[in-house]
Amino acid sequence: MTQVQANFVFRALADPTRRAIFEELTRHGERTVHALTGYAGVSQPAVSKHLTILKRARLVRHRREGRETHYCAQPDALAPMVKWLDEYGAFWRERFDRLESLLQRMES
Amino acid sequence: MNQQTSSTLVIERVFPHSQQKLWRALTESKLLAEWLLSNDFESAVGREFQFRAQPVPNWSGLIDCKVLVVEPMQRLSYTWSSMGLETVVNWTLTPAEGGTHLRMEQSGFASDQDRAYKGAKYGWQNFLNALEQVLAKLD
Repeated sequence: MTQVQANFVFRALADPTRRAIFEELTRHGERTVHALTGYAGVSQPAVSKHLTILKRARLVRHRREGRETHYCAQPDALAPMVKWLDEYGAFWRERFDRLESLLQRMES
Repeated sequence: MNQQTSSTLVIERVFPHSQQKLWRALTESKLLAEWLLSNDFESAVGREFQFRAQPVPNWSGLIDCKVLVVEPMQRLSYTWSSMGLETVVNWTLTPAEGGTHLRMEQSGFASDQDRAYKGAKYGWQNFLNALEQVLAKLD
């Protein structure tokens, strides 16, 4: 299981403000912290903190230009989450098969 | 891409058995252990229990759970946490032609983690719908 990387991604996206920021970045490409602050409707330190968590999950990447830091989305980082869902899908389907055979064995 | 584009995993099947029988398989600890995982489940809201899977390197195999909803014969819901990953497993049973329709829904996040942010606009589902296209490009 790719639990560890998936964890970072899940945790990063568990917060609605971070989801909104990430969504904004996937939709509109690069954004400055300043622009994101206006969009998210929370303080700049709060936005910076959210961006740090998104960065740790590798969901965003940044570059500095003068005084401004520009952020953009890295949607490829969603791959561990997709993989996690795939693995759990296989797990449950196999369990459903076992449930089916158990039900056959049970008395009604 | 199909179900994997959503953070909510859905598995459904119609079993040619009664709702009552399915409910037993879902809620009697011994029966549950036969098809899912060994456990100390009890169908009481608030009950904390564990599923125990085969440990593998870097994973204890323990899944911490808490019962959220018990509606006999119809709905059962519990949290499913492992390695800091909090999910919710929802079971729904409905009568179907020739048996019972069973739906398992595992959501990536507990809905109570979804604090209000700009109303419901950025609900998890909306977010994923918006990302559908992005994800489609991953392959």
